Amino acid sequence: MTTTRRNFLTAAVTAAGAAAAGNLGQAKESAAGQGEDEKPGHTHAHDHQVVPSDFALRVKSLESLLVEKGLVDRAALDTLVDSYEHKIGPRNGARVVARAWSDPAYKQRLLTDADAAIAELGYGGMQGEHMVAVENTPTVHNMVVCTLCSCYPWPVLGLPPVWYKSAPYRSRSVIDPRGVLREFGVVLNQDVEVRVWDSTAEVRYLVLPERPARTEKLSEDALAALVTRDSMIGVAKVASPANPNPARSGRV
Amino acid sequence: MNGIHDMGGMQDMGSVVAEKNEPVFHEPWEGRLFALRRAMAAWGKWNIDVTRHEVELVPPEEYLRLSYYARQFVAFLPMIVKSGLVSQAEIDTATPAAGQPQVTPALSPEKALAMIAKGIPASRDVKVASRFKVGQHVRARNINPVGHTRLPRYARGKTGTVQMDHGVFVLPDTNAHFKGENPQHLYSVRFTARELWGESASAKDSVNLDMWDDYLDPA
Repeated sequence: MTTTRRNFLTAAVTAAGAAAAGNLGQAKESAAGQGEDEKPGHTHAHDHQVVPSDFALRVKSLESLLVEKGLVDRAALDTLVDSYEHKIGPRNGARVVARAWSDPAYKQRLLTDADAAIAELGYGGMQGEHMVAVENTPTVHNMVVCTLCSCYPWPVLGLPPVWYKSAPYRSRSVIDPRGVLREFGVVLNQDVEVRVWDSTAEVRYLVLPERPARTEKLSEDALAALVTRDSMIGVAKVASPANPNPARSGRV
Repeated sequence: MNGIHDMGGMQDMGSVVAEKNEPVFHEPWEGRLFALRRAMAAWGKWNIDVTRHEVELVPPEEYLRLSYYARQFVAFLPMIVKSGLVSQAEIDTATPAAGQPQVTPALSPEKALAMIAKGIPASRDVKVASRFKVGQHVRARNINPVGHTRLPRYARGKTGTVQMDHGVFVLPDTNAHFKGENPQHLYSVRFTARELWGESASAKDSVNLDMWDDYLDPA
């Protein structure tokens, strides 16, 4: 085999560590809340940056090895990537939410047997085998985290964003949920009850956000278009159509 | 294991910074690695709890510095070697050893789609008596195993209330070490913020964790 591929794999750990050294401090300095995003020259603090560029070569080398050994089929890899890049994402969850807002009987089924209700719309499967839906109301605000790793309901939300898997979110959501919510632009009154769901098992949680005002006449499709990924994690509210930014409204 | 992965309740990790219009994968290699891990799992040589524990074994300074997918890559290599699917020599040389053709075909695109659609349920259809009832007060055990557990440090020794009985599920603590599935009831247990964090926490707030029978005692 060519020498260029040699040692790509074993070099991964040390090279990645060396290239990353010192970046943690940089990440901390630039992480000053969600408002930072608007500042010119802001450096994103997500740890994606600490990856050395030749990681691509190492994964390619691993893929070649596994293909040559007959352990993986490249076409299956293409299918898996395509599924999560283009088919399985938060628009699925948005359809579930819009249906629940439009159909009280469906909402009841969603809140009592989420697996079956979500399956009615054709969604389910990997990392969403055991679903529970929790409802946000004017008096109860639910938000979801996985402090131990990155558990997330893939069939309805797709793969999690970097911030959901990041140390700041995982560590502080349980001890300072209101502070984390403020960083997302959501300020809750003291009399609102915050329920954090730490996904420690294979049960996956979907937040059913509050239906915003001035949406009574909207179709289910139009409602689905309002629903954001973040609102289904519980770190955002869904904005009214005529008032696009009462909280954070970063649409995905 | 009391590792860096068990970070619930830490306060010095900085603010949460969300990226606008974030792509599913930031680089193509992240998607390829994601797919490789799914496709290799189809050989049935490990389970989800094994993969989680392998990530927990990434040294803490690396764990914090590496991106999510880089961490997954670092954890993946020792796992596929331990499984026997790939040898260390093959990893070292990035070259397949001679004379070991696979007799079983790899996961096909059709089977990959079926795997995604079906999922890998962690519930088990076996009759196991539940030790606790909804509404019951329970105390999370103060355990500090050196292996895998899904009982975070911040909840150990704390008292909560059973909110839901999810049914019978595989216990990660044994499954991650190939010591059996040990199926038992899994509950959603609610802990008040004040129980977890003291009197300065909001009197209204709570954290719900999923906990197995083995994690709990009557309170």
